[in-house]
Amino acid sequence: MSTGTPIGHALSAPNAAAAAAAGAPIPAGAARPQPGPPLWLLLELTYRCPLHCVFCYNPTEFARVAAELPTAEWIRVLSEARALGAVQLGLSGGEPLVRDDLETIVAAAHDLGYYINLITSGVGMTEARIKALKAAGLDHIQLSFQDSTREMNDFLSSTRTFELKSQVAALIRAYDYPMVLNVVLHRLNIDHVGEILAMAQALGAQYVELANTQYYGWAWLNREQLLPSRAQLERAEAVTQRFRERVGARMQIYFVVPDYFETRPKACMSGLGSVFLAIAPDGTAMPCHAARMLPGLDLPNVRHAGIRAIWYDSPAFNRFRGESWMKEPCRSCPERSRDFGGCRCQAYLLTGDADNADPVCDLSPHHGLVMAAVARAESAVAAAPRERVLRFRDHRSSIKVVAGEPPGG
Amino acid sequence: MSEPDTKCRPAIAHGMRLQWEAAQEAHVLLYPEGMVKLNSSAGAIMSRCDGVRTLADIVADLERTYGLTGLGADVSAFVALALEKHWLELRE
Repeated sequence: MSTGTPIGHALSAPNAAAAAAAGAPIPAGAARPQPGPPLWLLLELTYRCPLHCVFCYNPTEFARVAAELPTAEWIRVLSEARALGAVQLGLSGGEPLVRDDLETIVAAAHDLGYYINLITSGVGMTEARIKALKAAGLDHIQLSFQDSTREMNDFLSSTRTFELKSQVAALIRAYDYPMVLNVVLHRLNIDHVGEILAMAQALGAQYVELANTQYYGWAWLNREQLLPSRAQLERAEAVTQRFRERVGARMQIYFVVPDYFETRPKACMSGLGSVFLAIAPDGTAMPCHAARMLPGLDLPNVRHAGIRAIWYDSPAFNRFRGESWMKEPCRSCPERSRDFGGCRCQAYLLTGDADNADPVCDLSPHHGLVMAAVARAESAVAAAPRERVLRFRDHRSSIKVVAGEPPGG
Repeated sequence: MSEPDTKCRPAIAHGMRLQWEAAQEAHVLLYPEGMVKLNSSAGAIMSRCDGVRTLADIVADLERTYGLTGLGADVSAFVALALEKHWLELRE
């Protein structure tokens, strides 16, 4: 059953969705259970994006990624995945609106019986496009927020970004879609959560997700500048609660706490290879958005293999199924069938070994790494930032990452 | 949670979609961030909530289809729950 948390934002992992879609928990000791279908399909149609968000989870090496799949290949992927039982479809990127075949892809997905959610910044949305998307059968639009500094300042001061969002929000409402806004929070904007909510209300938002940054890709690169302090987090939650009480049911607000402040890990993707299948712009198939970073995971590509073979037979998708890959303390932990050891990418990023327990868990021998990052955030916030070395997600920085150079400020 | 009136006309809530999924052998309710897999009784009830039939019609249809009587209270309780969860809404 659903937790009721709206996820599915390009920038945050659709844990709730996956959890909602998950079947019975895997029985303890099962070596390699027969997986169910890939119920949730995410197509990252492009890495191209007009924005340069510092918290983007896209791979920092995106400049190295080869050509995007053509329309017919995306439609073949949709058809094959649907035949396996995929039914929830997210279309994201990058910015999916930069693909001028988006309407064609939506129409094909609709004909196949998908429930289709477009995850967009709104840049590039026009009345002609929303009209065509509606006619093609698009079910839902999630308007996402971008850049933490320039765009957010712009938004909060009712200038250019606010105007853009207002126009797109009006189109969304005019075409009878629920108005859903997603804002990614971090150290540099979390203190403005009251103003953000007021602006969201002014846009006519019915659902607002305040999703704290998850630290992958560009966000990982910028973690030391983005992780908030506990006091910031508590203040933001209190402000959100007061706002909720004031507006009542007119606006549903979801506040997603960053997992660095938890003591148990998230059940990431309900376990890799359990319900979630993501396809990157170049056709790389991934068991989670960020799996590209995991070393030794030979990710299959839809250009060379069918979806059935990828999902059921490929070593990459079987690598973290079941429990045989687990190390202690997960291996003997009674909670392993609930959280699956947490996030493999986070385990890898923090400990260098993707088989370790997610260090968010306070049973992990590496939990100190998370506490240390939080402690550094506390002192950085206390010292007040004099200098910000943020790495914007742009092509130039990505080329530097590919070349092994520091991406620069 | 108040009992819905037997003359009310429940419908699948705006923005949600109910469909039969062969791969799951179940009705599922689809919404932006997830999916609810319905058990067979919930599927039987929800698939009759078309905004045209009244709750009384739905109960009568279910009793006729399954050769049962006295389903009113159970159906009503489920519809109340589904309304509370915003899976269903009432049409005038």
